[in-house]
Amino acid sequence: MQIAVLMKQTFDTEEKIELVGGAVAEHSVKYIINPYDEYALEEALRLREAHGGSVTVISCGPGRAVEALRTGLAMGADEAVLIAEDGLAGNDRAIAAALAAAVKSLQPDLLLAGLFAVDRGAGSVALQAAELLGLPHASAALKLEIRDGAGGGGRTAVVERDTEWGVETVEVPLPALVTAQQGLNEPRYPSLPGIMKAKRKPLREVTAAELGLSADDLAPRTERVALLAPPVRAAGRKLAGTPGEQAAQLAELLQREAKLF
Amino acid sequence: MSDQSKRTALVYAECAEGKLRRVALEALGAARRLAGDGGSVHAVLAGGGSAASPALAAAAAELAARGAGVVHVIDDPALAGFAPEAYAAAIGAAVAAVQPSIIVLGHTAAGRELAPRVAAALKGGHIADVTAIQVPEDGGADAILTRPLYAGKAFEQRRLLPGASCVITVRPNNLPVAEPVEAGSEGKVAALAYAAPPLWTTVRDVVRKASGRVDLAEADIIVSGGRGVRSADGFAPLEALAKVLGGAVGASRGACDAGYCDYALQIGQTGKTVTPKLYIACGISGAIQHLAGMSQSRVIVAINKDPDAPIFGVADYGIVGDLFEVVPLLTAEFERILATPGS
Ligand SMILES: Cc1cc2nc3c(=O)[nH]c(=O)nc-3n(C[C@H](O)[C@H](O)[C@H](O)COP(=O)(O)OP(=O)(O)OC[C@H]3O[C@@H](n4cnc5c(N)ncnc54)[C@H](O)[C@@H]3O)c2cc1C
Repeated sequence: MQIAVLMKQTFDTEEKIELVGGAVAEHSVKYIINPYDEYALEEALRLREAHGGSVTVISCGPGRAVEALRTGLAMGADEAVLIAEDGLAGNDRAIAAALAAAVKSLQPDLLLAGLFAVDRGAGSVALQAAELLGLPHASAALKLEIRDGAGGGGRTAVVERDTEWGVETVEVPLPALVTAQQGLNEPRYPSLPGIMKAKRKPLREVTAAELGLSADDLAPRTERVALLAPPVRAAGRKLAGTPGEQAAQLAELLQREAKLF
Repeated sequence: MSDQSKRTALVYAECAEGKLRRVALEALGAARRLAGDGGSVHAVLAGGGSAASPALAAAAAELAARGAGVVHVIDDPALAGFAPEAYAAAIGAAVAAVQPSIIVLGHTAAGRELAPRVAAALKGGHIADVTAIQVPEDGGADAILTRPLYAGKAFEQRRLLPGASCVITVRPNNLPVAEPVEAGSEGKVAALAYAAPPLWTTVRDVVRKASGRVDLAEADIIVSGGRGVRSADGFAPLEALAKVLGGAVGASRGACDAGYCDYALQIGQTGKTVTPKLYIACGISGAIQHLAGMSQSRVIVAINKDPDAPIFGVADYGIVGDLFEVVPLLTAEFERILATPGS
């Protein structure tokens, strides 16, 4: 089974993030693989272990994204593709178009991606790519199983997915996109031999133009006008008295001061 | 005034359990503002299955009474389960009929899946998870949309580029709902022709959450428990308080990891992001990853026995004490207050 995994290199949003002059101070951030994409990659590696085939990791971003792809190779991916484009940050439709073009040339049986990236948090790119590729999707996977088509049908993915209405099990025909939710698996760490091997694995760099994308395909539809720090929340007050008095006071404050009831 | 101030906006009005979701009315409010005074606002309602028709009719009437000029109703068996391709095609049918430049959905589980597909099909943009919209005096052109970034550690403001079409998903509980229009100026309701696409998705099973539970993302009040609740049974007093307040129960990852509750309840960076009017954190220390999911709540209450717990740093009101003692007292207090009419 040929599996492609979409990967983004993100800031580690758990670390402190400094905003200087309307931009993130690059010196203050640490770059990691988007944690949700790690779940996607781990699932791809497990499926390859079970069904054979190969795993390709694909990323679209600036040159530094190579580090994330190398880490993906060290975890066990077979090959990597970097769509090296500097100016596309925040331009979801262009990134989706570029990723879709790269995926198309690989013709994978299964496309995996994280549910969203922890930096921008939109969760839009992989699904836009699926639309451009004409692929079905199942999102927020908690469990993924590949089933061989019964009665002459093709292979399918059976996905238990996390929704607001409960855990839903869906079946979609392959090729399809599945996005990974936290809980799908526990990603492995790259091993030392894995890191050594990764250095010799194929890592291709292409540009959007080489993938055949036009200026129109990449044209943004929206633009950022400002990047702001969140409003700081001042600490309020601690109540005093016996637990009973405090409970009564709190109910009173929520009613009269916060006007909630 | 440019043409841009006369926009056509389309709202996908999401229903759940046969009822219009509140976020659909918030999306309608956003669409009305973005369309501007001279603009037109359409809504599309989609559903199917045995009980769908009366529910769709009630929802359509409400949308029409709150400023949707035309409510397009698609009632089709293909829409009985949530096959995203079927719903995306339903929105596509409305897009083809009204040619909107702006499409608004809730940033809900369904909206998050549909919006990118609709955007890509339209060759449009997608601004996701919008928490605020500023519209200049003369209408919807040049509106500024605010959305959180980096797990809430920053916000960005974006605008649409001229001539572009764009899909916008709005975070539940952040924008005002559309107000009713004057009697006599309600919109029309019309059935919309729909040819279901070949269905890819087969829904095999749904393990529903206990029904009647308030959805976390849309809850006005959340009572949340952390490792301090100490067991699954320890959630019982929190559930009792939530019930009296008409709220939902949430949790920290500490509580989920310890197996006291389901991961579906997790709030925070890797869980749900919530912005209720009232968030009551019980036995939650207030780790930065938890704060990422709840610190934009309007009023935060913390109940924790450690006076130095970081949660007190963001709480409007704090009670230093044992949650097993304080929470039942609060429940009793609210039972008393809420039972007294006009209090
Ligand atoms: C990558 C990553 C992602 C994460 N994502 C999330 C996330 O999405 N959401 C999240 O919540 N966490 C997340 N975390 C975990 C986070 O760092 C904390 O570990 C977690 O929030 C702690 O949960 P807690 O506050 O319930 O537990 P603790 O930190 O153990 O706090 C328990 C609190 O309960 C109090 N307490 C104990 N008994 C009582 C009592 N009887 N009455 C009153 N108070 C009592 C204690 O004083 C203490 O403050 C993430 C961590 C990582 C590394």
